[in-house]
Amino acid sequence: MRDFAGPGLVSFAHILPFRKEALTMGEPAPTPSSPDGDRAENPDRSPWNWLLIIPVVVPLITVLFNHSTPKLFGFPLFYWLQLAFIVLGVGATTLVYQLTKKRGR
Amino acid sequence: MWKNVNGVEFTVFAVLFVAVSVMGFVAAKWRRPTTMEHLDEWGLGGRSFGSWITWFLVGGDLYTAYTFVAVPALIFGAGATGFFAVPYTVIIYPMVFLILVRLWSVSKKHGLVTPADFVRARFGSPTLALLIAVTGIVATMPYIALQLVGIESVLKTVGLTGDSTLARHLPIIIAFAILAAYTYQSGLRAPALIAFVKDALIYIVILVAIIALPAKLGGWDAIFGAAQAKFDKSPAVTDGILLNANNQLQYITLALGSALALFLYPHSVTGVLASKNRSVIKRNMSALPAYSLMLGLLALLGYAAIAAKITPLPGAKPGTADNNTVVPLLFHSQFPSWFAGVAFAAIGIGALVPAAIMSIAAANLFTRNIYREYLNKDATPAQEAKVSKIASLVVKVGALLCIVLLDPQFSIDLQLIGGVIILQTLPAVALGLFTRWFHKGALIAGWAVGMGLGLWMVYTVSSATRPHWAGSAFSLSKLGFDTKMTIYAGFVAVLANLVIAVLGTFLLRALKAPEGQDATQRADYFTDEDEPSGSVAPTEAAVA
Repeated sequence: MRDFAGPGLVSFAHILPFRKEALTMGEPAPTPSSPDGDRAENPDRSPWNWLLIIPVVVPLITVLFNHSTPKLFGFPLFYWLQLAFIVLGVGATTLVYQLTKKRGR
Repeated sequence: MWKNVNGVEFTVFAVLFVAVSVMGFVAAKWRRPTTMEHLDEWGLGGRSFGSWITWFLVGGDLYTAYTFVAVPALIFGAGATGFFAVPYTVIIYPMVFLILVRLWSVSKKHGLVTPADFVRARFGSPTLALLIAVTGIVATMPYIALQLVGIESVLKTVGLTGDSTLARHLPIIIAFAILAAYTYQSGLRAPALIAFVKDALIYIVILVAIIALPAKLGGWDAIFGAAQAKFDKSPAVTDGILLNANNQLQYITLALGSALALFLYPHSVTGVLASKNRSVIKRNMSALPAYSLMLGLLALLGYAAIAAKITPLPGAKPGTADNNTVVPLLFHSQFPSWFAGVAFAAIGIGALVPAAIMSIAAANLFTRNIYREYLNKDATPAQEAKVSKIASLVVKVGALLCIVLLDPQFSIDLQLIGGVIILQTLPAVALGLFTRWFHKGALIAGWAVGMGLGLWMVYTVSSATRPHWAGSAFSLSKLGFDTKMTIYAGFVAVLANLVIAVLGTFLLRALKAPEGQDATQRADYFTDEDEPSGSVAPTEAAVA
């Protein structure tokens, strides 16, 4: 077994009101389940994944950037700040990738 | 028939175009597989692409020629609203970071090729899979047609245009015939190889434009000033270099809705599934925003065109203007002919890469989810590859007919609707990757409601010149709200879709309606390159 980061966010499904465990209960178990199939630890799970929320939410808050000043190189704030958010996106995804990379690879 | 052709521009364009066409044919030999007679090889490049190739391929796939032409055109016409493309392409990658790796793993494990394949395996419903496949094909066709609009805007500027239908369309028919031929032969390897040239050209062109144009036009201050002056004078209330109170919600929901839709498109999925492991995908989520920076800078050329006093060429109908020509015209007027030729080639070749991938993706949907499901249940991999190759030709002819026979505006409208309808596959495809809680019947009901509502909303959108289909900004007042605010139609439609899917699931569970068989297991969503794969029966599936 590989070494995985600790508990935390499994996936975006957890922001949703339903969790897989809770919801698969009422089913007539259609899946031919393997011994440790549904109980296995989720290898994608890591608290660092929460960082990904930042670059998804921040670029959508228009009040942050819907202004013309301060200008940068002649660009109104609206334009240069939104371009700067690209760095935020790259930073967050790079960080999460590096921090959750499987060790020993 | 073509009298006013700019010789230098045309020659540079043609030479580069021929060069990449040769590459397209040679690509069949690139990273040569033992057999090309398999859908995994023809349609997914052997699922073997590393980080670099994937970066070029997916970048070339998502950032299409039409984007390069239409986004600056939107900025030119309406200002700040058009800049939604930047937040859209920023939020997309962190959003799908954890989703795409799951899709890749389960597809690798079960030999899935299309999003509808996944839905078929997950929910065990051929009907739902068929709906997803048809939605994908219908959404992709106008998207391919739009790539032609991109090439045409360039050809028009070069002077390859005229009054007769033949004069207007012959160049594009030739270009598409060549594209069809090498896609038929080389499959996904062709656009993957050509993407290197396309992206190199685009980056060079943008870099030069972004440095040279402000110097020529008096700096960015002057460029933004000219745009401000234009919008101040215009009678329209929705334009301006900043957003106003009524279009902010539209801006947010359009960026979010477009981002949700992007990786539901079959061609995006094709690009992702062609990568060789999970790390390649994750690394690309960090590297692909480089294209967003390029797109953002390119978008601002719309303002540069205002400052350079560009007047768009006339549209297909008398009295209309074709804003899509502003970027080509900007290069035409501000740069020497040879460089304008390079820029035009960048846009033209930029259209070929996504057009090839889209036709492959649509062909795969037909082959896997219609042909194999309904026409030939025991199709061999070689038969699948053969059918896909032929289907890719049919798809291209269809897209070409769209452009030749219909008003190009119609393709643009269809593409707009395409975004709204592809979003309706979100519950089954994207949420399906995390949970199979939804009942297949409820997903079908949600799809139908979202589709109906979305189409109705887009139908009601009017503008000064057009009574219907004039955009995706739905007025909330039509739902009885006392406001001038607008919202992205696709976003509302997918919310309705979700509500129905959730309520329907509760209802069908209460009624004990039969469930479909889930062929996937939890561990399938985490498998990586070095682990066993192939079309395995669920009972044989090894636990990773």
